[in-house]
Amino acid sequence: MAIRPISQGLHQLSDPGDSGVLTRMHIDAPLLAGLLLLCAFGLAVLFSAMDRDLGGVERQLVRLILAFGLMFAVAQVPPYQLRRWSLPLYVSGVLMLVAVLLVGDVGKGAQRWLALGSMRFQPSELLKLAVPMTVAWALADRPLPPRLPRVFAATLLILIPVVLIAKQPDLGTAILVAGAGITVLFIGGLSWRVILMVGAAAAALAPFLWYHMRDYQRQRVLAFLDPASDPLGTGYHIIQSQIAIGSGGLHGKGWLNGTQSHLEFLPERHTDFIFAVIGEEFGLTGILVLLALYLFIIYRGLRIAVQAPGTYGKLLAGGLSLVFFVYVFANAGMVTGLLPVVGVPLPLVSYGGTSMVTLMVGFGILMGIQTHRK
Amino acid sequence: MPRLDSNLADRQREARLVGARAVVAAVVVLVALSLVVVRLAHLQITDHEHFSVLSQDNRVKVQPVPPSRGLIYDAKGVVLADNHPSFSLEITVEKVENLSATISALAGIIRIDDKDRERFERLKGQRVRFQGVPLRLNLSPEEVARFSLDSYRFPGVDVRAELIRSYPQGELTAHVLGYVGRINEEEMDHIDASAYAGTHFIGKGGVEKAHEGLLHGQAGYQQVEVNARGRVLRTLEAKSPVAGQDLHLVLDIALQRVATEALGDNRGAVVAIDPRTGGVLALVSKPSFDPNPFVEGIGGADYHALLYSPDKPLYNRAVRGQYPPGSTVKPFVGFAGLAAGVTTAHKSTYCPGSYRLLGQSHSYRCWRRGGHGAVTLEAALVQSCDVYFYDLAHELGIERLKHYLGEFGFGGRTGIDVTGELGGLVPSKEWKEQVRKQLWYPGETLIVGIGQGAFLATPLQLAVATATLANHGHFFAPRVARAAQVPGAPRAEELPVFSRRVAAGDATQWDQVIHAMTQVVESPRGTAKGIRSRDYRIAGKTGTAQVFTLGKNQTYNAARLTEKMRDHALFVAFAPADDPRIAVAVIVENGGHGGTVAAPVARKVMDAWLGGSTLIADPGVADGD
Repeated sequence: MAIRPISQGLHQLSDPGDSGVLTRMHIDAPLLAGLLLLCAFGLAVLFSAMDRDLGGVERQLVRLILAFGLMFAVAQVPPYQLRRWSLPLYVSGVLMLVAVLLVGDVGKGAQRWLALGSMRFQPSELLKLAVPMTVAWALADRPLPPRLPRVFAATLLILIPVVLIAKQPDLGTAILVAGAGITVLFIGGLSWRVILMVGAAAAALAPFLWYHMRDYQRQRVLAFLDPASDPLGTGYHIIQSQIAIGSGGLHGKGWLNGTQSHLEFLPERHTDFIFAVIGEEFGLTGILVLLALYLFIIYRGLRIAVQAPGTYGKLLAGGLSLVFFVYVFANAGMVTGLLPVVGVPLPLVSYGGTSMVTLMVGFGILMGIQTHRK
Repeated sequence: MPRLDSNLADRQREARLVGARAVVAAVVVLVALSLVVVRLAHLQITDHEHFSVLSQDNRVKVQPVPPSRGLIYDAKGVVLADNHPSFSLEITVEKVENLSATISALAGIIRIDDKDRERFERLKGQRVRFQGVPLRLNLSPEEVARFSLDSYRFPGVDVRAELIRSYPQGELTAHVLGYVGRINEEEMDHIDASAYAGTHFIGKGGVEKAHEGLLHGQAGYQQVEVNARGRVLRTLEAKSPVAGQDLHLVLDIALQRVATEALGDNRGAVVAIDPRTGGVLALVSKPSFDPNPFVEGIGGADYHALLYSPDKPLYNRAVRGQYPPGSTVKPFVGFAGLAAGVTTAHKSTYCPGSYRLLGQSHSYRCWRRGGHGAVTLEAALVQSCDVYFYDLAHELGIERLKHYLGEFGFGGRTGIDVTGELGGLVPSKEWKEQVRKQLWYPGETLIVGIGQGAFLATPLQLAVATATLANHGHFFAPRVARAAQVPGAPRAEELPVFSRRVAAGDATQWDQVIHAMTQVVESPRGTAKGIRSRDYRIAGKTGTAQVFTLGKNQTYNAARLTEKMRDHALFVAFAPADDPRIAVAVIVENGGHGGTVAAPVARKVMDAWLGGSTLIADPGVADGD
């Protein structure tokens, strides 16, 4: 019973004046504010990117409201519950991935969907949360930093779903799922020596990976290295999005005035390439505002991780915050031509529900970690 | 307690560890996002100009707007060449992935028959890249509507509204006006591509080609905003095209019809000129063809039928037909003799029926075996005595003969505004040495004197020469178009006239030749006495051009020769003789005698023009040529 004051003391040390109404409702006010601002900005951009299609914006708004609701619901779950659910969630997720490979629906040339009655469900989305949860679970019952066998076990936990998802094939999601697990390992104090070794091994294995890529994946990499080689095929996305961003200049062409996007030169402008619409219509200024919002959310997430009372909460919060950053960087890098084209949406701005729900559940978890302190 | 201590120590160590890692992660995040910002700054600030230009290029396309082609009116304002709007279905071959599948899918919506497919294949071979090739022409409004509903299924297929040339007078004007047709690859090399941007048609011959510059107009353009699929969204800027100028011709369609009908079923040509202006009143070549199918590309079978017809309907005899002018050249040779001082109106030559050069055994026959006896210039013209002109030609010599004939327009193009004209040929020593690599024989000069041998002239040249004679040596370059009118302008602008004077002869000498020509018609011994008119005086000259050369002792027996070997009948005339208002040249291929076959054609034309009573008397069989 002597533990109590100490842990309470720690609690107070990490978060002294924290007893508002929102906290009691398990809501983290700064994070909520950042998310609301980001989503509002995203809806405005979407209205333009969808060519003033109010219906489309409305559908997105409904999804956002549902996702925020889900976030609040998840925020009510204390971290120790999440910790208990980690492994079962993971196992069922992996089983569903196997099911998808065996009986899944084929959409856009890849098997990603599992039909549940009239609903279609993407099990890989579940893994985006289940993997960091399980890695955190695997590391949390021993003091950090993890020893090597544990790191191996965690790596295996990451690799199983990643390989299954990559086989669908869905390289973008596979990278994000892997990222979600790896960031947890990193936050958990994965030794620098291991990081360096894995990095070297990855570089050595790159040719092997190339050999195993699908044709369209290779083409994307080639087009990334030299977009002009296939200006009407794979390179078209890259060239047109760079034209959109570049022509936006410092201040942009103005909301609803982007010619690249409104005249349909920019492909996937309301989904994966919406970043280019922002660059075209709002210029560098608009992009900096957007990046500032993302940065704030990431910062808040990392702060929650640092302040979290339990190891599991620290690891999960850190992992979720960093995977959010991976999202942002993968998308911005792809659209600006820094990275090859992988289908990663711009989080909370791109049109579409699946990834948004996952992200918001993640933020719900963050809020739960921040607000459940006993 | 130790366990608690170690627990607390672990927790503190973990907090430090996670904190440190969070800081590292934050640094990584900042570095990565800075990378994105640097990249963006590069795109949006350093290369902003470059990408702005690219995005402009992306969205703005310049589309040419073709001008409407000028109309062509006859002297009385009758429309000879019109434009009518037409919808055609065009395929831009370069934009279509599977051509045959597209065409068969289109055939499900719109009637496309074999002729359409055949024409499409042919035009496809001649197309200019990225220009639409018509698959179907003259779509009905219903067909346009039906296609529009399904147009999204057919990228690269468009309905185009364009103005199509039509020739309401059809065969009547085909040779003089020519026609317009689709611009082919070869023509593309010769035209100003920007002036013809958007224009699909160009004059292919006749007046349409000669006055292409006036008729075509200036292309306009519109800058349009397009989307990635090339669909036009709105017009940003436009410059209207300047329509082509309307042409007002001297040609009178009523006279053209009379001349055409006067030729009947014969092959031949009629050219009528107003001697006072050089204006071409009628220009007929028979047989003719309907130019309208040529506008959109005539079918291969139909074209072959025209091209290989033995009557050669595509051949413009009036300006391209080069015939030996025969005796019709005698008035000009006679004038040359007078002007050069080689002969006078009173000097006579004895015609024994043949002529022999000094020291040569070959004798040159007169058409009348028995000879004409002593003949003056007038008698020689009236009776068309060959010997008189052999002698005169010999006295003149080929160089002087060629010079004088050249003054009348023989041996060179007249410069008429009908594209395709040929220049005929007046042979000379130089020509023979250069072209035939042979020496000139003195006997050849004699043959030129009666319009035979290598001497060739077009019906147009004969008409121009006759008009020049009627005009006392005032030569006008013939022209079909009189004036051009800028659309909207209050009045038409007269086109320039080229004229010159024949620098030889005096008024009496002109009158002497003209008088002799009136006697060809009026004298009882005249070769064209059958066409004498009560209403006005005609000055004329008959001619016969040999197609088949007789052997020395053969007689000409028309019945024995197949039709194609019969002589061509020629006649030149002008009227009224003292105040000429019309000069006519007629050739009837394989018609036989000029006086009996060609002269009545000329008479009908002159009657129609001068308002004379129609020829009643049957010209009968006149002797001579």
